[in-house]
Amino acid sequence: MIKISTVLKFAAVSSVLTLAACTDKPKAVETAPPPASMSSSTTSSIVPGSAEDLRVNVGDTVHFDYDAYNITSEDRSVLQRQAAWLAKYPSIRVTVEGHCDERGTREYNLALGARRANSVKEYLVSLGVSAGRVETISYGKERPICTQSDESCWAQNRRGVTTITGGANS
Amino acid sequence: MKKFAVAALAFVALVAGFAVPAEAQLRVDVTQGNIQPLPIAIPDFIGDPSGAQIASVVRADLDRSGLFKVLDPKSFVEQVKDINTVPNFGNWRVINAQALVTGQVQQQADGRLRLDFRLWDVAGGSQMVGLQYYTTPDNWRRIAHLVSDAIYQRVTGEKGYFDTRIVFISESGPATNRKKRLAVMDEDGANPKFLTNGSYLVLTPRFNPTAQMIAYMSYIGNKPRVYLFDMESGRQEMLGNFPNMTFSPRFSPDGNKVVMSLESGGNSDIYVMDLRTRSVSRLTSDPAIDTSPSFSPDGTQITFESDRGGSQQVYVMNADGSNVHRISFGGGKNGTPVWSPRGDLIAFTKQAGGTFRIGVMRPDGSGERMITDGWEDEGPTWAPNGRVLMFGRTERGGRGSSIWSVDVTGRNERRVITPGSASDPAWSPLIQ
Repeated sequence: MIKISTVLKFAAVSSVLTLAACTDKPKAVETAPPPASMSSSTTSSIVPGSAEDLRVNVGDTVHFDYDAYNITSEDRSVLQRQAAWLAKYPSIRVTVEGHCDERGTREYNLALGARRANSVKEYLVSLGVSAGRVETISYGKERPICTQSDESCWAQNRRGVTTITGGANS
Repeated sequence: MKKFAVAALAFVALVAGFAVPAEAQLRVDVTQGNIQPLPIAIPDFIGDPSGAQIASVVRADLDRSGLFKVLDPKSFVEQVKDINTVPNFGNWRVINAQALVTGQVQQQADGRLRLDFRLWDVAGGSQMVGLQYYTTPDNWRRIAHLVSDAIYQRVTGEKGYFDTRIVFISESGPATNRKKRLAVMDEDGANPKFLTNGSYLVLTPRFNPTAQMIAYMSYIGNKPRVYLFDMESGRQEMLGNFPNMTFSPRFSPDGNKVVMSLESGGNSDIYVMDLRTRSVSRLTSDPAIDTSPSFSPDGTQITFESDRGGSQQVYVMNADGSNVHRISFGGGKNGTPVWSPRGDLIAFTKQAGGTFRIGVMRPDGSGERMITDGWEDEGPTWAPNGRVLMFGRTERGGRGSSIWSVDVTGRNERRVITPGSASDPAWSPLIQ
């Protein structure tokens, strides 16, 4: 997920640069300060309030340490952006998916994924998101995004992903 | 499925012909870790053409058990022409056979098959078993497995496990988007059937004691819940109406209850549902993960896994949730406990030193020993006689999963034939 969102962000930025290069003489244009943590949303083709907006501009994924489900300080900013974004689009409902790496037994990982999804939900709720807007689902180790059997891959797979289940713009 | 159940009732077994001697000469001790496989000759059964197929299934069954050395029919000196006369044992001694199986299949006027077979002690020159079965021709594989079970039981003193089925998860597609289907097959991999179509994730199926019902977990409608699958009607039913994820189901030994985990607010505890009244009782109330419950064969205790002590370990409690105590102290993380149908052992998965291996220990936690050595072996399931286990094995790098069998002694590890990748095996009881 890190990889994917990085690539998409890069694509969004480079298209802006290409457009800029095409103009004969760059003119200085005053731009309003971006809304909190959503600086690129106004400079790409991504529809604000869409699933892509959440994924690319806000960040939909947080990561966990091995066999852990606490929200790391690094991930708090992602969830703070998610909470702010959800406040901006109050009709959107989300499901938080909890995922695990392959280094756990199947049923234990289902339970661990549920813990992770719930951690994300609780953090969003603590930031003012209504609990009724956030559902959770655990996929255990059933839906890896990286299939190498090494730590870099396992770290990517130990994740909580916020997905839109209703009310999004498209 | 219906046909399967009904046809099973058509078997009639009779002790035929020669009296069984009081003392058996042949004996294979299945409790030993290192045994000499018993050389056995199984010529094609005479009579109906199906006799050759039936004998070849018996040969494959006994070979797979690791307890028999099935002799190549090409080496046979004597050709069986009549199963009602005593064989010339000298002709079987010269090829070093210690046991001989002779059989005959006849089509009856009513269309059914009649199979007669005899197991002979070649050295002792005596008949050990003589049995007769009747069934419909399409059921010939089951007759073969019943013959194998009878031979296994006579020679080892243990019940066989060949007339059983395996429910499992058939896997296909890339690891990042694996398609999983509920599937059943005979113990030898024959007759695989898919019970779900792969459009939704299914996990961890387990048979009830009559092998007519499967409890499993399904993500149908993106709501992960425990379901029941009725083999006769093909109907699937969500078990209960829980607000959150239910998972890790297993039947009680009498088949009247399902014990499982229910997740709530991120926490997983163990509950039991009575299938007749649909009443639900909570068995654990701990902020830890409590899952993978499995009843003792007498139904009085439940083994399960919990990380309440700081890491995933195996526990035992009374069936009402009282007297919870940890039993795994052999190092590493330990989970997926499954009680042997004999009651003497609990099989489990140990994570230690970067590997997942299958082990067994006594219900008090003593006598722990590992019986497999894979990179990621998990989820053991017992043969109904408690002498053999199957488990899932995952290769590194998302290269697929497979099902393996191994004797409880740790010997005779074999890959189980499945249609494609497979995981989460569960062994049926002996089919009635």
